[in-house]
Amino acid sequence: MENFTPISASIGGVLIGLSAVLLMALNGRIAGISGVFSGSVFAERGDKLWRTLFVVGLIAAPALWALTRGAQPPFEITQNWPLIIAGGLLVGFGTRLGSGCTSGHGVCGLSRLSPRSMASVALFMGAGMATVAIAKSVLGA
Amino acid sequence: MGRNIAALLAGLVFGLGLTISEMVNPAKVLAFLDLFGNWDPSLAFVMGGALIVTAIGYRLAWTRPKPVFAERFQVPGNRQVDTKLALGAILFGIGWGGLSKEPALRRRILELRLRK
Repeated sequence: MENFTPISASIGGVLIGLSAVLLMALNGRIAGISGVFSGSVFAERGDKLWRTLFVVGLIAAPALWALTRGAQPPFEITQNWPLIIAGGLLVGFGTRLGSGCTSGHGVCGLSRLSPRSMASVALFMGAGMATVAIAKSVLGA
Repeated sequence: MGRNIAALLAGLVFGLGLTISEMVNPAKVLAFLDLFGNWDPSLAFVMGGALIVTAIGYRLAWTRPKPVFAERFQVPGNRQVDTKLALGAILFGIGWGGLSKEPALRRRILELRLRK
């Protein structure tokens, strides 16, 4: 657990919660990234712009942070493109089929004690941990 | 107009939260899934912090008759756990976890090659 950063994690979490509350109090909407993002492409016409702007803000924030701090936040990911594409497709397809991801179910749904969200979070975290454990034991990686 | 600025602001605050908590780094997120390895529980603290604020903030927001820039609160009413939800969550989890182990695997292959 040498990389554990509980303080910055909690501060970041509070900000994410604040964002979810803002979107609910002002616009009456759930701050689920996968849903907002897919809606920015597929939603009805009058329902698209706010979604696009939410995504713009989401992407602009790390860039603005890097500009003001003069340093890029660390970003480490595999360079194996077939794996990125396969993983990305599973994540994308899974979140649409399951009506949400870590933000929509994990934050917004759990906070209002939705049974669907509790099931979803337990399943995707379990499946993720199992995948990592199996990959390690089978591949020895 | 207000609705769009509110969305942009919410997106910025969300992105700032992801940046400060380092959840913009896939390696950091994925280390949370490595329960039996070098586990990094940071993601649980991100979710915990977000959950406390949202649980209180939603209830405060819902004491008003309607949102500031919209006609009604749009909250999913479906509480039924079904196969579609379960299958979707499992596929998401597999894709999430699958993305994490490749760098370690690559190192391992390299090690074996060097040993020859």
